[in-house]
Amino acid sequence: MLETNPFSILAETVSPFAMQSFIIAMIVLIALGTIIQMIHHKNLTYFLNNAKKAKLQATREIGTGERVSILAKTTVVDIGTTAELGFGKRRLSHVLGMYGTIIFWISSAMLVFCYTGADKSSSTIWSMLWHVGAILTCIGGYWFWFFLRVDVSAEAHPWYRIIKADLFVLALLACSTFGLAWSYAQFNGQDGLSFLFLTLFVTSNLILFGGVYWSKFAHMFYKPGAAIQKNLAEADGSRDNLPPPADAPEQFGLGIKREEPKHY
Amino acid sequence: MSTFVYMTRCDGCGHCVDICPSDIMHIDENIRRAKNIEPNFCWECYSCVKACPNHAIDVRGYADFAPMGHSVRVRREEEKGTISWKIKFRNGTTKDFVSPITTKPWGKFIPKLADGDKPNQGEINSQRLYTEPEGLNIDGELPVVPKESFKKGVYY
Repeated sequence: MLETNPFSILAETVSPFAMQSFIIAMIVLIALGTIIQMIHHKNLTYFLNNAKKAKLQATREIGTGERVSILAKTTVVDIGTTAELGFGKRRLSHVLGMYGTIIFWISSAMLVFCYTGADKSSSTIWSMLWHVGAILTCIGGYWFWFFLRVDVSAEAHPWYRIIKADLFVLALLACSTFGLAWSYAQFNGQDGLSFLFLTLFVTSNLILFGGVYWSKFAHMFYKPGAAIQKNLAEADGSRDNLPPPADAPEQFGLGIKREEPKHY
Repeated sequence: MSTFVYMTRCDGCGHCVDICPSDIMHIDENIRRAKNIEPNFCWECYSCVKACPNHAIDVRGYADFAPMGHSVRVRREEEKGTISWKIKFRNGTTKDFVSPITTKPWGKFIPKLADGDKPNQGEINSQRLYTEPEGLNIDGELPVVPKESFKKGVYY
């Protein structure tokens, strides 16, 4: 099953053009949601104003080389491994879900545009990546959903309490889970189940890309923006008005270790 | 005069929710970021400001020691055991302070909460605080002031 392109089997009943149009429609929905959210929340205005303020408060000039090195370090560490989540389960779960989702989406587009159709060849690697991406998304997502959500771990709400903010993670999980279930049922020739899971897969995609109350996708742009601004502000001395790192010997105080927020 | 959260910096980790003595830091139901649900009840204790690992929470300090247009920010470095403060006045003057962290580990000292029982879901949802009324050395029910005995009018 892992080496089979589920879209090429589907192409026997649904035209590849319809599948390609669906993917393009989803990309348009992401772009629209992000633009609307950015206009509504004024993220870009906030960042530009903050950057201007930081420039005025800077105590030293950053050279081009240093700026490039900060940008590169931020991209690799802060953005690539979501360093803001610290060292722990939340970061691991986020990294699993993030890379799983990216692999899942890119391989979906590759499979549909390049390897689905009557005269198209098959690709074992992209089919494998599609399944691996969905599995990684499920591992990271379900781990987050059942154990790591802050309203469960820090506010003691039961895991089955659903709020609006859960729409994104639930739609994403539904997408990967039903995608895998559809691929499995289709591979084993279970037509009824295959149709059911395909319908659920398409529906969850529509909810994920078009129905999220505020565009969760916008945070893919402003989170990296915030990380870059934070590191540049540390380097130029403005530090968002934060005090500089303490020039004190280690264990100046008790050296208390941060505990998980579970003391409800 | 109460805390507020920079949404771009908050990652919804829950440390402020956990530490707030007034239980007013909660997670927003739409965007899963922290927010102060009742600014009027903020003690301005700076617990959440110090606990936030992303420096996402800010608070306007007391007007009696720093007039309007100022900023008071905190950096907590657990590995060094320090709390640093930076007060910036509106005329540009800055004051920096460094103090040792004197916080005790959770529940290890008075009243030894770490040794106590974990509250069940019913107790968490109830209006009573943890260990009430036994923790207040009260036998039986909590004392009640009958509503009829309230003075009419506005209370300050």
